[in-house]
Amino acid sequence: MTDATADNGRVVQPETIFRRNMRNFLSSKLSVFFLFVTLGFLVMAIFAPWIAPHDPNEPDLFRRLIPPVWMEGGDWSYPLGCDALGRDILSRIIYGTRVSIFIGVVVILIATTIGVLAGLAAGYLRGWVDGVLSRLVDILLGFPYLIFAIALIAMTGPGLHNIVLAMAYREWVMPFRVVRGETLAVAGADYVEAARAIGASRSNIMLREILPNILSPVLVVSTVRMAHVIILEASLSFLGLGVQPPTASWGSMVADGRSFMLNEWWLSTFPGIAILILVLSINVVSQGLRDAFDPRFHD
Amino acid sequence: MNVGKLIERLLQLIPVLLGVSVIVFVMMLVTPGDPVEIMLGDQHVTEEQEQALRHDMGLDLPPHERFFKFLSNAMTGDFGLSYYHRQPVTEVIASRLPATIELSLAALIFALLVSIPLGVLAAVRKNSILDRISTVTSLFGVSMPGFWFGILLILFFAVNLRWLPVSGRAGFSSEVEPITHLLLIDSLLRGRVDAFWDALKHIILPAITLGLPMASILMRVTRASMLDVLNCDYITFAEAKGLRKSQILIKHALRNALIPTVTVAALQTGSLLGGNMVVETVFGWPGLGRLVVESIFVRNYPLIQAAVLFYAVTYVMLNFLADILYTVLNPKVRL
Amino acid sequence: MGHNVLEITDLRTCFDTRDGLVTAVEGVTLSLARQESLGVVGESGSGKSVTFASVMGLIKAPGFITGGSIRFNGRELVGLDADEYRQLRGKEIAMTMQDALTALNPAYTVSDQIIEALMAHDETLSGPRRARRRQAREKALEMMRLVGIPAAETRLDDYPHQFSGGMRQRIMIAIALACKPTLLIADEPTTALDVTIQAQVLDLIAEIRERLGMSVVLITHDLGVVAEHCDRVAVMYAGQVVECGPTAEVIANPLHPYTQGLIASIPRMSDLRRRIKPILGTVPSLIDLPTQCRFMDRCDRARSRCRSLIEMRDMDGGRQVRCAMAEADDG
Repeated sequence: MTDATADNGRVVQPETIFRRNMRNFLSSKLSVFFLFVTLGFLVMAIFAPWIAPHDPNEPDLFRRLIPPVWMEGGDWSYPLGCDALGRDILSRIIYGTRVSIFIGVVVILIATTIGVLAGLAAGYLRGWVDGVLSRLVDILLGFPYLIFAIALIAMTGPGLHNIVLAMAYREWVMPFRVVRGETLAVAGADYVEAARAIGASRSNIMLREILPNILSPVLVVSTVRMAHVIILEASLSFLGLGVQPPTASWGSMVADGRSFMLNEWWLSTFPGIAILILVLSINVVSQGLRDAFDPRFHD
Repeated sequence: MNVGKLIERLLQLIPVLLGVSVIVFVMMLVTPGDPVEIMLGDQHVTEEQEQALRHDMGLDLPPHERFFKFLSNAMTGDFGLSYYHRQPVTEVIASRLPATIELSLAALIFALLVSIPLGVLAAVRKNSILDRISTVTSLFGVSMPGFWFGILLILFFAVNLRWLPVSGRAGFSSEVEPITHLLLIDSLLRGRVDAFWDALKHIILPAITLGLPMASILMRVTRASMLDVLNCDYITFAEAKGLRKSQILIKHALRNALIPTVTVAALQTGSLLGGNMVVETVFGWPGLGRLVVESIFVRNYPLIQAAVLFYAVTYVMLNFLADILYTVLNPKVRL
Repeated sequence: MGHNVLEITDLRTCFDTRDGLVTAVEGVTLSLARQESLGVVGESGSGKSVTFASVMGLIKAPGFITGGSIRFNGRELVGLDADEYRQLRGKEIAMTMQDALTALNPAYTVSDQIIEALMAHDETLSGPRRARRRQAREKALEMMRLVGIPAAETRLDDYPHQFSGGMRQRIMIAIALACKPTLLIADEPTTALDVTIQAQVLDLIAEIRERLGMSVVLITHDLGVVAEHCDRVAVMYAGQVVECGPTAEVIANPLHPYTQGLIASIPRMSDLRRRIKPILGTVPSLIDLPTQCRFMDRCDRARSRCRSLIEMRDMDGGRQVRCAMAEADDG
C-alpha cells in the first residue's frame, strides 16, 4: 500500500522508484539466478590466475589435441581438453573471460558516461547543443555497427585499446538516444520546475534532479548493449581483428578450432558455449530489469 | 504519403550522407602508411614514377580538395583501383555484390517466415508452452554468436548428416547463364530445377545463421505488438460484431500488429549487412562481406573505403525505407 | 415474462487476478422488455460494463461467469458455444463502445467495417461473394445516411481518423445497427464527446430505437443522460444492483442512500447556491467481501442490521431496492 501512495503523490522521490524497481527485479528468481551467473563470470575474470589450472599460453606439443575428460584419451588435468598447440582449453576459456568482460565493461562505461552527459545536455539545454549532437548521432547511425568497428580497426590496427575505442565511438549513441528522450519527457516535471524556481544551476538540475529519475532506462540499455558488445568483440576476434595472439579470447579460440572441427570438435565448441552462457545471462538480467522497471507490467 | 513530404524526407538524407562521406574520408586520411607505397609493394620504381602516381591519385592535393575529389568521384562510382585486384574498385565490388544480396534476401525471408507465425501464435496463446518455448528460443537466438552457430550447423548438417554442402555458394549451379546474378532466381528463370536445388542447398545454412538473430528480434516484436493490438478496443468491437475468430485475428489484429514488425524488419535488414562479414567468412560465401575482411589483411584501403561507404549508404537508405513503410502502412500517420 | 427481450438472473462474474478472486458482478438480476430502454448507472468498477460484457459473451480469461443465467428472447446464453454466440453477436445483440476512435480499426475504411458486419450476418444478401459485397455496400451507405453522416456517399471510403468525434460515434452506431439487432447495448456512448454532440448522439439512438423497434441498454455514469432517455434505470454499486425502477420515480424519490447521494451530487442549474454534496469514502475492494451491505462504510444511516445479508426487495410501483433501511424512508 505504501508504494501506491508514493505513486499517487505528485512529487515522487527518485530513490524510492529506483529502489522499488530493484526490489521488483530481485523478486524474480530467474533474473537473480542469471545475475549470479553473470557475476560468476566477473569473478572468474578477476581471479583468473588463481582459478585457471594451467598457464593459458604455454604450448606443449605432447598434450596436443587431448580430448575432454569424458572421452577416450581424456585427462582429468585438462577437463575440456587441449588445443592444437597443447594449451589447456579450460584455462584459456577462463582467461578469455577477462577479454570479454573487460571490453564489455569498459566500452559500456565509456559509452554510458558520454551518452548520459551528452543526452542530458541535448535533452535539457536543447537549442544548438541538441542540434549538433543529434546530427552527429544521425550520421553515426548511418553506419552498420560491425562495419564501422571493422573500418576503424582496419585503420588503427587490432589490439585491446583500439577495439575499445572502435566500439565506444558508436556505442555512446545508444544511451544518448534513451537519455535525451527521457530528459525531454521529465524536463517539465514538477520537481524540475521546483528546483529551477529555487535557483538551482543547470548542471545541478541535470545531475541531481533529472539523472536519478532516468537511471532505470539507462541501466536497462547498458545491460542489453553490454551483451551486444561482447558478441561484437567475439566476432571481431573471430575475424582476426580482435585481441591478438597468444592472448586467449573466446572469438579467436573458436576461429582457431575451426580447422579441427571435423574430429576435434571441442576446440570450437567450448569457447562458443562460454560466449553463449555469458551473453544469455546478461540478456536475461536485462530483460528482468526491463520487466521490473516498465510500469506497464505492474498493472 | 504525399510527394512533398517524401521529397522533404529525402532532402533530410543529404546531410546524413554527407556526414557519412566525411567520416569515411577522414578514416582514410588518418590511416597510417603511405598508399603509394602500399600499392607499389615490392616493385622498384623511380622517384619520378612514384611522384607521378601520387599525382594521378590526387594525393598531393590539400585535404579539402582531396575530399571534394573523393566525393565527386564517388558520385560517379569511381573509387580508384583496388590495390590487390588491379582493377577498378567498383568492378570488384559489383562482382561480389549479387552473392551478398542473395544471401541477405534469403536470410530476410527466413526471418520473416519464422518470426511472424511464431510471434502471432505466441501472442494468441500467451503463457502457453509454445509461447514459453519461442521466448526461450528467441533469447538463445539473440545470445548466440553467429560465427559459432554457423560452425555448429556445418558440423551437424554438412559434416555429420551430409545433407548440405559445407561451404561455398554453388556447385554446378554457377554454370547457369546469369540474368539477375542471383543464382536462385536465375536457375528458375532458365528452367534449371537441378541448379536451383544446388543453389538452395548451399544457401540454407548461411541464410539461417544470418537470419537467426533477426528472426528472434522480429518474433519478439510481433508477439509484443500483437499482444498490444489484441488489447485494443477495435478487437473487442470486432468480436461484438460477431466476426469469425480467424477474420478478427488476421484482418483486424495482424494487419495492425505487423506495422512495427515491418518497420523493425527494414531496420534489421541493415544489421544483416554487418552480420554478412562473419557469416560469409564462416561459410566461404563469395560476397562483399568476405571481400572486406580479406581486404583488411592485405591493406586494400580503396576497396575498404568504397565498401564502407557503400554499406553506409545502403544502411541509410534502408532506414529511410523503414520510415516510409511505417508511414504507408499506418493510415493514421499517412499525410 | 415471456415478452422480455433480456432476463438476467442472479449473474455472478469473477476475475482471477494475482491479488485474488475479484467478484466484479454479484447477484445481478435485471430484465428488459421489448422496445424498452434501460439506463444502467454506476461509477467505474461498479460492474455495469462487466454485466453487459457477460451478456455479449465477451468475458475472457482470467474472467469467468460463475453463476446465474442470461436469457435472451427466452434462450439461455450462459454456456452457449462459441460459434452460436458469434452468430448472435452483431446480429441480434449489438454493442457500441465508449470511444469510437479506438473501437474502429484505423487500418480500414469505414465502409469496409460496416460491410464486414453485414457480410457476417445479413441473410438478405445473395449471390456470389462480389455481388453480396456490392449489396452490402449499398446497405452501408443506407446505414451511414440513417445515422446522419452528411454527404455519406462521398465518405464511404474515408478512414476513421478522417471523421470528427461525433461522426465517428455515429459510424460506430451504424456498424452496430447494420444488421438491425433487437437489443443494442450502448456502453458509455457519450463520455468521449463534447456536451453538444452528446445530446445529438443520444437523440439519434432514441430515434433509431423508435424506428427499428429495438431495446436499448444505456450504460453510463451520468444520471442526467438516463433521466432524459431511459424508461427505467438500474443503479449499480460495487458489483450489485442497489436500486431499480421507473426512471422518473427513482430520480424523484430515490430509496437507496447511494442513489440519493448520486442525485445530491449533480449540480443543478435551478439551484446554483445549493452545495454539491459528494459521497464520502471509497468503493470497497471486490476481493473477499463480507456478507453485508456494501455501501455500509459510506452510509450515514448504517445500523447493525446492515451487517447481515442484504437482498434485493420489491417495493411499490415496480421498484426494487437493496437496503435494509429502505422501509423506514417509505413511511
